[in-house]
Amino acid sequence: MTNLLILQGLNGLQAGILLFLVAAGLTLVFGVMDVINLAHGAQYMVGTYLAAAFTGLTGSFLAGLALAVPATLIFGLAVEFLVIRRLYDRSHLDQVLVTFGLMLMLNEGVRMIWGAGPISVEMPGALSGSIPVWGKLRYPVYRLAILGAGLAVAVGLWWAINRTRTGMLLRAGATNRAMVSALGTDINRLFLLVFGAGAMLAGFAGAMMVPVVSAEPDMGDTVLILTFVVIVIGGIGSIRGAFVAALLVGLVDTLGRSFGPILLRSLLPPDAAGQAGRTLAPMLIYILMALILALRPAGLFPVKR
Amino acid sequence: MIGSDRAMLILLAVVAVLPPVLSALGEPFLTVILSRALIFATAALSLDLILGFGAMVSFGHAAYLGIGAYAAGILAANGLTGLEVQVPVALAAAGVFALVTGAISLRTSGVHFIMITLAFGQMAFFLMTSLSAYGGDDGQALAAPSTLFGIAVFDGAARFFYATLAVLALAWLGLRTITRSRFGRVLAGTREDPARMQAMGFSPFGYRLTAYVISGMVAALAGVLLANHAAYISPSYMSWARSGELIAMVALGGMGTLTGPVLGALAFVLAEEALAKLTTHWRLPFGAAVVLAVLFTRGGLMGALSRTRGRK
Amino acid sequence: MTPALSVQSLTKSFGALKVSDAITFDVAEGELHAIIGPNGAGKTTLIHQLSGSLAPDAGRIAMAGQDITRLSMPARARLGLARSFQITRILAGFTLLENVALAVQARSGSSFRFLRPVAREAALNDQAAEALVTVGLGQSARRIAGTLSHGEKRQLEIAIALAMRPKVLLLDEPLAGTGHAESARLSTLIAGLKGRLSIVLIEHDMEAVFALADRISVLVQGRVIATGTPPEIRANAGVRTAYLGEEEG
Repeated sequence: MTNLLILQGLNGLQAGILLFLVAAGLTLVFGVMDVINLAHGAQYMVGTYLAAAFTGLTGSFLAGLALAVPATLIFGLAVEFLVIRRLYDRSHLDQVLVTFGLMLMLNEGVRMIWGAGPISVEMPGALSGSIPVWGKLRYPVYRLAILGAGLAVAVGLWWAINRTRTGMLLRAGATNRAMVSALGTDINRLFLLVFGAGAMLAGFAGAMMVPVVSAEPDMGDTVLILTFVVIVIGGIGSIRGAFVAALLVGLVDTLGRSFGPILLRSLLPPDAAGQAGRTLAPMLIYILMALILALRPAGLFPVKR
Repeated sequence: MIGSDRAMLILLAVVAVLPPVLSALGEPFLTVILSRALIFATAALSLDLILGFGAMVSFGHAAYLGIGAYAAGILAANGLTGLEVQVPVALAAAGVFALVTGAISLRTSGVHFIMITLAFGQMAFFLMTSLSAYGGDDGQALAAPSTLFGIAVFDGAARFFYATLAVLALAWLGLRTITRSRFGRVLAGTREDPARMQAMGFSPFGYRLTAYVISGMVAALAGVLLANHAAYISPSYMSWARSGELIAMVALGGMGTLTGPVLGALAFVLAEEALAKLTTHWRLPFGAAVVLAVLFTRGGLMGALSRTRGRK
Repeated sequence: MTPALSVQSLTKSFGALKVSDAITFDVAEGELHAIIGPNGAGKTTLIHQLSGSLAPDAGRIAMAGQDITRLSMPARARLGLARSFQITRILAGFTLLENVALAVQARSGSSFRFLRPVAREAALNDQAAEALVTVGLGQSARRIAGTLSHGEKRQLEIAIALAMRPKVLLLDEPLAGTGHAESARLSTLIAGLKGRLSIVLIEHDMEAVFALADRISVLVQGRVIATGTPPEIRANAGVRTAYLGEEEG
């Protein structure tokens, strides 16, 4: 039981840290640019496909990953330049519609290029297998690597936002948009950078996952909605909130799916527990979100504007 | 809005004579597609009440289609095929879901509201996928078509078409009445300027929540029809992409006009069908069309219509 | 006699900054009471607290003897507190008549009525038309409010407020941003309302204030440093140094 808890806890953390990578970009894009981007999940999907494609070309997953990350950056910059740029002075409704259309195009584009079936990538040899983490409990090396890489990026992001000039501009912009323009910063370049970086983070998360989940069309949709839950819980525009909420959602979702039915079985007859578990587990994070919002409508770490 | 009314009446009249014409042309299947378009037109109408009149960008509206469809499906599977039972249950279920989720969602606004309604929509989606007794992820066939006091009102493509048209016409009349009432004026006032409304003595929350509930119930009615149209219930009715399509139908048709969203839904469903015939990858041009339409046009189809007629 | 509006020891701080420091004044029935003060004196914060969009830290606001300190903006409005906004707030997509009829509707019966067309409710339209005539917009009832000039929007706001049949009317810089002719027209309009209802006027235009007000309270750094009739305020040495002197210098 303890082993299962540790195992699922690690799974939850790993899911959470991936969610954070995707959510960080989305919450910044909203916080700084006031743009709601429904195509952000598709950037994650593009990351997995590019990693799979580059791995196929080079024969090495690590090389594929190394090529995919800058490629997702370039892709993000192109999307900002071609489409998102035209949305800054538009209503949220227009932003929703345009990025929704964009998402449809990206999902379908992927299907046209790579087909509708899943594309899997073999685990790099050095990172396959598992190592002992707690007594006799073993955990896959690759999942630990994802966790480590995700944490490293989170630390790097924290440093970039708290210790660099651009980061300070971003924080200022997320709380007080007028101030950034007052500083005379080239807003267009800042926005381009933020959007590109957000797309790259999402793409990086997707690329890392490709040996585990394989690339599929529409795979970004689920991620996008989980990400929305994360940034709504965390407080839109708050990186710290996104981090806390991402881990919370990752843990609650993973633990709820494995332990919910076990807990329910001790309360209900087996049949009812089975159905209730299957019903409640996937709804758990939405119930969590509803509860948090009922108490704090602006999320856990509200950003003043 | 007189022009809008006339456009709607002409539209209903033209659509009403189409089934025999289509049969004569040897295209009876188009009547079935048209019925589908009318169902989505009803759903789009219901969304217009909150989106167009109340400025609430709900991204979870497909959930109500699903609730209506599942109410019909679950009751039919348990031997209750009568609409006299199915419709009240569908309306009640949708009303309760809208009341609870609306009360939470309406505490927020702007982007928060969009994301929260989306998340609640997903919650309903996952709820339905977990119902293994009713097909889980895959859904299941409708046990029997709905009847009305034992009469097979949905029997045959033509009869189903006219039943659907009647529901659309009723929904339009009902929403038209509501939007012109005292309640409707307050709702539209909250869209124009909530602070001004508060200074007049109106608390927007109650009006918004009421509209949210009415809108969800009308969409559930469309859901009952949808289950009968496909003779199938499936969680895919309530996918978030469906919610996005409903928003696009309303926005591209012309928000706050009632007629516009109906036009938008008809155009949307027919374009979808036409493109799907040409290519399996129809979503690509479709997405591109949505992007371009929003970036380069204003006011939707109704706007274009009134501009070409040179309305002053 | 109970004052129409009574403000007692109203206090509000933002962090270490006291923006309202024990503000106390009364507005008598039918009185036009002006609040003046230099920029940053806390006039906007005061009007937010009076109208209900900002809760004070301490103190009491009473309207005709009834404590309204903790009531929301809509609740105060229903009790008879009407306001104009510093930046005009009107329902831009509505006609003028619809704007004002909605204010009449707010105080005449439930608005949870779904069937009868509101446009045909003669009682609402008649009273709305009357308020529009009072402010001089009687000819423009069918125009869309968003197309009005700045000064006309101010007039519409006053018509909306009047249609609420308020006991107390808060006017937040009604002359700001209006041209000379518009300003004169609005001043005449406000002068015409005097005596019919109690008015709190916040305004920068000193000429207008001294011409219109029955009494004036001077707000400096969150505190009321003087209250009195226009001649008293003009003669007050403290006011001259704290405020009027600064304006002239």
